[in-house]
Order: sequence, then C-alpha cells, then structure tokens
Amino acid sequence: MTLAQTLPRLSEPAARAPAPAAIDPAPFVRTLKDGTHGLELVVSGAHCANCLRKIETGLGALAGVKSARLNLTTGHLRVEWTGDLPATAFGSALTGLGYPCAPFDPASAAAHKDREGRSLLACLAVAGFASGNIMLFSIGLWTADGADMGPATRAFLHWASAAIALPASIYAGRPFFISAWRALKAGHANMDVPISLAVLLSLAMSLWETIAGGHYAYFDAAVSLLFLLLIGRYLDHRLRYRAGEAARDLVALQAITARRIEPGGRVVPVQARDIAVGDRLLVAPGERISVNARIVEGKSEFDLALLTGESAPATLGPGAGVPGGALNLSGRVVVEAAARVEDSLAADVARLIAIGAQSRSRYVRLADKAASLYVPVVHTLAALTFTGWFLIGGAEVRVALMNAVAVLIITCPCALGLAVPAVQIVAVGRLFRRGVLVKSGDGLERLARIDTVAFDKTGTLTRGRPRLASGEDLPPAMLADAAQLARVSRHPFALALAERAGPGPAAADAEEVAGEGIRGTIAGVPVRLGHRTFVTGEAERGGMEIWFRRSEEEPVRIRFEDELRPDAAEVVRTLRDQGLRLILLSGDAEEPALEVAQALGFEDWHARQTPADKARLLKSLGAEGRRVLMVGDGLNDGPSLACAFVSMSPGTAADTSQAAADFVFQGERLAPILEAMRVARQARSRALENFALAALYNVCALPLAVAGLVTPFIAAIAMSSSSLLVTLNALRLADGRKPQI
Amino acid sequence: MNVLLLLVPAALFLGLLGLAAFLWALKSGQFEDPHGAAARVLDDDEDDQPPRDGETRSR
Repeated sequence: MTLAQTLPRLSEPAARAPAPAAIDPAPFVRTLKDGTHGLELVVSGAHCANCLRKIETGLGALAGVKSARLNLTTGHLRVEWTGDLPATAFGSALTGLGYPCAPFDPASAAAHKDREGRSLLACLAVAGFASGNIMLFSIGLWTADGADMGPATRAFLHWASAAIALPASIYAGRPFFISAWRALKAGHANMDVPISLAVLLSLAMSLWETIAGGHYAYFDAAVSLLFLLLIGRYLDHRLRYRAGEAARDLVALQAITARRIEPGGRVVPVQARDIAVGDRLLVAPGERISVNARIVEGKSEFDLALLTGESAPATLGPGAGVPGGALNLSGRVVVEAAARVEDSLAADVARLIAIGAQSRSRYVRLADKAASLYVPVVHTLAALTFTGWFLIGGAEVRVALMNAVAVLIITCPCALGLAVPAVQIVAVGRLFRRGVLVKSGDGLERLARIDTVAFDKTGTLTRGRPRLASGEDLPPAMLADAAQLARVSRHPFALALAERAGPGPAAADAEEVAGEGIRGTIAGVPVRLGHRTFVTGEAERGGMEIWFRRSEEEPVRIRFEDELRPDAAEVVRTLRDQGLRLILLSGDAEEPALEVAQALGFEDWHARQTPADKARLLKSLGAEGRRVLMVGDGLNDGPSLACAFVSMSPGTAADTSQAAADFVFQGERLAPILEAMRVARQARSRALENFALAALYNVCALPLAVAGLVTPFIAAIAMSSSSLLVTLNALRLADGRKPQI
Repeated sequence: MNVLLLLVPAALFLGLLGLAAFLWALKSGQFEDPHGAAARVLDDDEDDQPPRDGETRSR
C-alpha cells in the first residue's frame, strides 16, 4: 500500500439533476506576453491511462493548442494555446469526452505547490541516508566494544560518524529547530523543544567525547531520532495537505461565471465577483444565479433546495426576487443584480461557515494534549538527573551531562510523533476505500467522541430528488403519454416521470411554457402536463404534484414524494441503538418534515429552520456540553456543519457544504456514516493504546537512563523497538484489503 | 583495519550518489503526479521528460 493510494482525492462531482450548464471559463484565461493563453481546469472522473490519453490527445488536437497536460493525481488539467480558440472549446471538448470540468481560479489556487512537503521529504532522505550509514559504523563499534577494536579504529569510526551526523542533523533537523525556536520566542514549549534539545545536546556531547577519545558517542541516536520523527512529521503533513487541497479545489469550483448583457445587447461572460448592482444577467435553464437578483424578463421555476431545504421548486416571474445560489430549472430569464456577490445569500452562508470553523479550531488534538503533559515532565527529569549526578553523586560535569542527554534521548517522543500520524493515515486510507473522504486531520478524533447526531432532511436522509409517490398507479397508457411530454423538460418532476416510464419517444411538437408546464399533441389529441392552473385553469396550485389532461377529459393528479435513501431507516435505528440522541433539522415545511420524522422515528424534529436557526441550535447543544455530529448537504446546512463538533456531508452536497464538512461520503447509502464512526472509534483506541505502550516503555527505560546505564546500543534498541511496536499496533487498523486504484 | 580508510569513503560516496539522485528526482518534479506517471508508461506516444516548474511539455 503506497502513501498516495491511502490518501484521499477530491470527491467525484455530485450527480446533480439537472446537470449544471457549462461555465464559460473565459475570465480565467491568462495570456502571456508572447500571446500564449493558459488555463487551468479541474477535471473529474479521470482515473486511468486511457482517460489520460483521451483527454490529452483530444485537447491537443484542437487548433492552436501547444500543450495539454493532466495531473492524474490531483485532477488538474493545464492547457496552453495560441490563436483565437475560445476557452469554451475546452469545456465542450471535455464534456464531449465524458469528463465534466470547471475552471480553476488561479487567484484562489494561487501557486499552492507543496513546498513544505518537498522540503520535509528532502530532510527525510538526508536523515535516512545519515542514520543508515552511521548505524553501519555503530554496529562495528557495539560488537567490538573495547575488546577487539583498537582506539585508533574507534576514533576513526567516531570521526566518520561525526562527519556525517553533524551536517545531516543540521539540515534534517531544521523543521524541529525552527518550530522549537518559534515556540520558545512566543514563551511556551512545544514537543519540538525536547526533541531539538535532545538532538543538539547529544551531538555536542558526542563530539566532545570524540575529541576527548572517549568510549561512547550518540551520533546514531541523534540521527535516527530525526529520521523516525520526520517520518511521522511527513505523514502528518501529507494528511493535512491533501485535506487542505480537497478543500481548496472545492473553493475553486465555486469560481462561477455569469453572462452579463451589455447596454448594446452584447452578452459577455464575467466572473461572479465582478458583477455590480444593476447589471443585467442572462440565466439559462440549468444555470445557477450567482448573486441576489430580481427577475426582469421571463418566468421560470427555481430549485432552492440547497439554499432552504424546500423540496418543491418555486415558480417566480418578473419582479420577484431570487436569492443567489438558486438553480434555474425551466425557462430562460433576464435578471437584474440586486447585490454584489459578497453581499448575496451564498456569501452570507460562507461567512457563517468561517465563523463556525474558527470556533472549532479551538479543539486540542490528542497528541498535543499528550505533549503538554509530557514536555515539562521530561525537562524536569533531565534536569534532576543532571543535578543528581553532579551535586549529589559527585560525578564530573561530563558524566552528569551524558546521563541527562541519555534521559532526553530515551524519552524522546518517537512513539507520540509517529504513532498518531500512522494511526490516522491507516484510518483515512481505510475510509477512503469505503467512499468516505476525510477532510480534516483531527476530524476522526472528534468523530470518535460524539453523543448526538443531527440530520438534515432534504438530500441527506432523502435522495433530494422527487419520485412518483408510492401508491400512485397511473394506467400504463396514461403514463406513456405523460412521459412523451415530460421527456422535453429538465424539471425534476418531469425527469422523475420520464424515469418511471423508461425510454420512449417525445411528442414532436411538445413545448415547455416556463414556470407552467408542457403542452403538445399526441395522436392528434392536445395534451397538457404541468401545474394545476396550467392544466385545469383552477387558481390554486399545489406543492409536490403535477396534473395531466388529455383534451377535455378529466384532469389527473400525479403526486411526488422525496424518497428516503435506501438504508436511512436502518442507519437511524443503529445510531439510536448505540445510545446516541438523534435530531432532525429541516428547512422544509412542517408536513414533509413530520412525515420523515415519523417514518424514521425521530422524536426531536424541527421544521422551517433557517441556516442561522440550525447553527444556533447546534451551538446551544454545544454549550450544554453535547458533542454533535451534523450530517447535511445544503448550502443552508453550511453554517451548522461548520459549528457542529464534527460534520459530514454526502457527495451530492453543495460545494460550500462539502468544503465546510469534515467528511464527505459518496454513494446512495448512509451506511458510510456508521463505518466512519466505527473506524474513528477504533483509531482513537489504537492511539490511546499507543500512548499507553509509550508510557510503559518510558517507565521501563527511564530508570536505566537516570541511573546512567544506557549505552548507545541500548538507546538504539529501545528507541527503534518502541517505534516499531506503536507502528505495528497502528497497522492493525488496516482491513487487509488491497486498495483499489 | 587500514582497508577501512578506503572502504568507508567508497561506501559513503556510493550512498551519496543515491541520495543525490533522489534529491534530483524530487526537485525535478518526478513525484508531482504518481498516478499519472504510472498511467503514462502505457502510452506509446508518451514523451517521458518530466515538466519543470512553470514549463509544460509540447507535443
């Protein structure tokens, strides 16, 4: 199992219906002085050699393209071209090949090369080289120990070790030295302080011994300490970097463009953040409105589910206000921007998310808690050893210092530094193979301790798309006729109807009246499908229903319901059996919320919740000391996802919500929630076991060190065996299955 | 034991060559896209030069 395979990558894009229309990436194109244009796109769905070749050759064949290179690991595609090829050509070419894509805003992606990771890897390589070579000398020194080896050979091997250890430790130790120095300057001590002290003091003591022609040198201990700790540091960094990268990609995906109608009538693509109040924007079906706006021309239905959690679409006409983030479903409309993008609803939600995320960053990680206990104890012990030997024991400074250094080396937190990242990386890899993307480093630790689970309704417990209501048995002939009309529309009800009817023809002259319904003729008879007013002429319009009428026959009502996810009932029951308190938070009306609450047995349910209401409820629960897992998908869940103790969202969720959540799970089922909780609890107990092992080891080895009995040989054995032990314990978490690539 | 005076530097030199090769590979972007590298091997038209920073390969 390689590192890359255990790490998460950006989730598959949500299979949203209807699919968002292609975004014009023109505003994201950068043009160099020599006339070369460059564009970065996030491509999803490319996983294999074939995809790579198809995409690169497909785009390379476009006129004027100089290069197209896809990074298969990150899914970022970079194209460069000359001439006047429009940027949309790449989007449509990729869509044609079957890979959805979105432009990557270079401003938000700003040169996020993993420099820290590279430098850690370089340090790791140097430390590995140095510790390996010094260990070869040390084995000679230990086995010959005084008897077979003359002083000249010993001195030579000591000097050779010094020549490697000194430059290597200064190079490879920088991450620790710099961090320790920063902490000391800020007036506190972190884990890196005893590490740096142990490395520097043992190097200095060993050099002194070497110069004086002494018997023992700890060069191997100092360097292998760095090597082991750097492994832990690198794993931890990779984990956080990949999580951060997934979050950054999600933010970049929000860099949506809009089409502005210039005074002359020309339509130009602009970036959402350049929209001014009063701009007229053209919004086609399938597009999302980027700012709060007012409709000027046209009428259409809007999907507000991600904003408010309402499952039925809203019909809006001229003069009506539309919140930013609403998805246009049926008709082409012209809107006038009423707010800038940073003042729009979606941006308010983003601000609430930022506030929530801040409050959560106060969580203290397990390893840091252990470190805050550990650091003062170690320093006191080392100081006591020195004073004990020097003052009470009457030993010379050299011996006293040597023993104090041995204490620092023996107690050095390899187990802590290596064990927790190892547990986490195994847990994250295991969850990734089960379709759960872990987005925050300490999310697993928090998930292990929850006592309450809050669910959103629409799109989380339910699939978030309507289906013909159960018990709604249309005569097959009528269903076939209705489907002939439904097939021309992207309205969710029409899609559900067409799905039920299966493949078939569409009425030749079917015409969609935006916001009303569809009319056409089947076998010479005029038919209508749509809202009640459109079909029957009655004034009242219903929620989750449409009507169908052939000519002057009696109109028929077709009801829809938002279907529960297949294993929702089972998952909710399992959670209740585990003794967790369950809460249903819905932005939807009372009736559908109650229906779901009763179906799944929620006693505690809340309907008509605004994003701020949800966040407030979770905060008050947090203030009572409850640790809440929030599971939600909508933009309206964003703030509550961010301020809950820990949060999850399905892969179909709004990008902002995925960015706010700690975990993102894929697929139709909710079972990954249970799997994630199981892995999180196991990871926590492995981590605690590892702390216990480390403590046990210290209890055994410390008295030897304090008593001055630790030779470099014992130090090396003790250190590497304790590191091996905790790593093996961490690996027990793996499920033994081969990772899927 | 005088042979050590020859063998130790020789061993270190060989080790350093390996280290230098790794650091060079790291710097030249060989680890930027492990999945892609595994897949590109299978492509017959593939130009196997890694791209440098800020530079892309021309086809």
